Amino acid sequence: MARSSAPVTGPATVTSGPGPGRLARWGKMLSRELTTVAITMFGLLAITFLIARVIPIDPVLAVVGDNARPDVYEAARLALGLDKPLWQQFAIYVGKVFTGDLGTSILTAQPVISDIKRVFPATLELATLGTLVGITFGIPLGVLAAVKQGRWPDQLARFIGLFGYSIPIFWLGLMGLLLFYAKLGWVSGPGRISIAYQDFVTPVTGVILLDAAMQGEWDAFWNALSHLVLPSAVLGMFSLAYISRMTRSFMIAELQQQYVIAARVKGMSEARVIWRHALRNALVPLTTVIALSYANLLEGSVLTETIFAWPGLGRYITNGLLNADMNAVLGGTLVVGAIFIGVNLFADILGRIFDPRTR
Amino acid sequence: MRHITRLITASTMIVLMTTAAYAQTPRDTVVMAKQIDDIISLDPAEAFEFSGVEVGANVYDKLITVDVAKNNALIGDLAENWTVSPDNLTYTFKIRSGIKFHSGNPLTAADVVYSFQRAVTLNKSPGFILTQFGFDKDNLLQKVKAVNDTTVEITVSKPFAPTFFLNCLTSGVASIVDSKLVMANAKDGDFGNGWLKLNSAGSGAYSVRAYRPNEQYALEANANWYKGAPKNKRVIVRHVAEPASQRLLLEKGDIDVARNLSKDQLAAVREKADIGLVQGDKGYILYLGLNTKNPNFAKPEVREALKWLVDYDSIERNIVAGTYKPHESFLPQGFLGAITDKPYKFDPAKAKELLAKAGLPNGFSVTMDVRSTAPITDIAQAIQANWAQAGVKLELIPGDGKQTLTKYRARTHDIYIGQWGPDYLDPHTNAETFAINENNGDDAKSKTLAWRNAWDIPEMTKVTQAAVLEPDADKRAAIYGVLQREHQKISPFVIMFQQVEVSAQRKNVSGWVIGPTSDTNLYAPIVKN
Repeated sequence: MARSSAPVTGPATVTSGPGPGRLARWGKMLSRELTTVAITMFGLLAITFLIARVIPIDPVLAVVGDNARPDVYEAARLALGLDKPLWQQFAIYVGKVFTGDLGTSILTAQPVISDIKRVFPATLELATLGTLVGITFGIPLGVLAAVKQGRWPDQLARFIGLFGYSIPIFWLGLMGLLLFYAKLGWVSGPGRISIAYQDFVTPVTGVILLDAAMQGEWDAFWNALSHLVLPSAVLGMFSLAYISRMTRSFMIAELQQQYVIAARVKGMSEARVIWRHALRNALVPLTTVIALSYANLLEGSVLTETIFAWPGLGRYITNGLLNADMNAVLGGTLVVGAIFIGVNLFADILGRIFDPRTR
Repeated sequence: MRHITRLITASTMIVLMTTAAYAQTPRDTVVMAKQIDDIISLDPAEAFEFSGVEVGANVYDKLITVDVAKNNALIGDLAENWTVSPDNLTYTFKIRSGIKFHSGNPLTAADVVYSFQRAVTLNKSPGFILTQFGFDKDNLLQKVKAVNDTTVEITVSKPFAPTFFLNCLTSGVASIVDSKLVMANAKDGDFGNGWLKLNSAGSGAYSVRAYRPNEQYALEANANWYKGAPKNKRVIVRHVAEPASQRLLLEKGDIDVARNLSKDQLAAVREKADIGLVQGDKGYILYLGLNTKNPNFAKPEVREALKWLVDYDSIERNIVAGTYKPHESFLPQGFLGAITDKPYKFDPAKAKELLAKAGLPNGFSVTMDVRSTAPITDIAQAIQANWAQAGVKLELIPGDGKQTLTKYRARTHDIYIGQWGPDYLDPHTNAETFAINENNGDDAKSKTLAWRNAWDIPEMTKVTQAAVLEPDADKRAAIYGVLQREHQKISPFVIMFQQVEVSAQRKNVSGWVIGPTSDTNLYAPIVKN
């Protein structure tokens, strides 16, 4: 069930060896994927644009405020191009997007593209570390649960999974802050870096850990890490829950396969059967699961970012939405869509590499 | 995989060991946590939101300012003194000599003229505060003139009350900018607006060192400020959206001042020995707007009945204690002509009597648009319960802020619950919106709050408009007193509360005073011991 793509590409792979035929096939696949991406992106653009225009919120108010005089209001309306018919507004918008111009955010008065360049690294940092936490603890936990199915390690894993899944993240975040920051003082509080260190690091990539390491500012690095530990652990808890549950079910399916029985009959050590054979096969569908959960975190977690004063993408988009800053919302949604599509594509390719039959 | 695990475990351990001694805030730097995501611009000609205006107040000087300690009396700022011509049309300001901008450029009358010219020509949201005196981009250079390097002459279009014009000059839009620096950064005739959104060109207590939208701004003290160097070297204001996070940061000493604690958090930190509270009256008025397009609200008895049907005391005690205080007239405390009369209290029997007189002995059904934020939702629910006692069935329609506002501006609401903040420190700002409606038609040019509630008041409009022409300050105050008492009786506005801003600070911080408007929240006197 995990290899639904196998029947389609499988037999062809076996018959055709390396050479120009394989290259052409990859080219064909790539162009097909790219067409799908283009259509999806256009659809995303059209739908978000339409939603942004039909919601009963006046975007002009976001520009001029509640108490604007009629002439100021009218000038702002014209400047936004809202007097033109809807299809024209859409055509103008699409044209601009193609030249890399996502418009200017009303709230920050900055081009949306430079806003996103600023907020995305913060989310990237958080999501990457969160996913690492999820993988590091989630996969072993899932494997353990599958192997000891029905016994206490399985129950424990189920409890952890349910806990991570059902505890509201804002509660977990606040309690974490209360305990590890306020009471115990083990980690630093909200924000990406303490005020005392903030001028030490010049933003290059925008990812503070990377920038600090590259510039050899190790004090700033550790300070930033101590700010990052808690929010990424909170986010990681969520992805851990998901990854461990999925690992468990994939592993159970694999452990019932005949090759596992065959391996055991051959006298292979149990550890080798589990980690080398079963897990490797389970990794194929698991890649997609991890990739999607990573993409989910990359879109930014509004609640986590709010509690930890983390200037990331999720808060940027939500803020835009609450303030009718439609350029920011459209630009942000587009980026999130692109990330999802990109990560999906990447997981597809990775799946093909892991699955020997598609090589 | 194993390597990654080991690496993460190792680094986590090291972090846990090293950060036990966390960083306190630097001694010469004041660190605040505040919700600053309302800033859309730092340009004083454009900023019209609380946070943006507050930055401007600390970065720019104006011709005139108010003395918060003396009930907002007008005092000279950059203007050493001023005279008004007998016909109340021409003002002559003498500018202090020797003042320099942060850039080192000397401040002259030419900068004043340029600042007015750019504010009026750009005509952004706060632009009307100046243009209401008859300036436009074509006549400005005739109306605002530099007589010499230290003298500016300004001519207004009508013999307005001097208090009115001078009060308006205390608002952020009348800030004086460094014309040379701004012109050097201007692009395509934008008067440097694009550049000033993120930078500063002032002569005030601080310059903007760095501003990252939705993240933080850092201000650097101006040691050469004409009033003397600020009591601290730097002010850093961080955007912390979540009040609970602000509280934790404050308790740990990672920030010095928390600006947005909610009622419950304030009650909690009040108990702490190392934290103190500072409060100040804000101009915000919390009210209900009853749309008189609804036939029931067209009846004066019904409007009055609803004013008797709000349990002001209990809402104050249980929902907004410490952050709002009871207030029933349209001018907030601290404004010229403000009154303290509170004629209404919770009296369901009296309300029922009035409803019966209006032909509605069994009450009626009506809707209220409520934005889903604290404390608005809670107050609306309390009112719902109050009104039920006289048979008024209130249905609450929740919505987001921009949504309810869009509906309100289109006059399609029954009842709107919301806040109104004065635009500048003169009674006319609130009087105009609450008591002027020049044209009640849908094509009206001026869409005041009275218009939004379809309240047609030709007589009151005339009285309110005349009040800005009364040259004598005491007589002017008296006119507003009469106006407000009449307004309390007949208007479709149930005015309930005035906002009190509270901030919590570490005990080693002193000198922070919250002024009546964002224009008067000054950082310079803040000291850390």
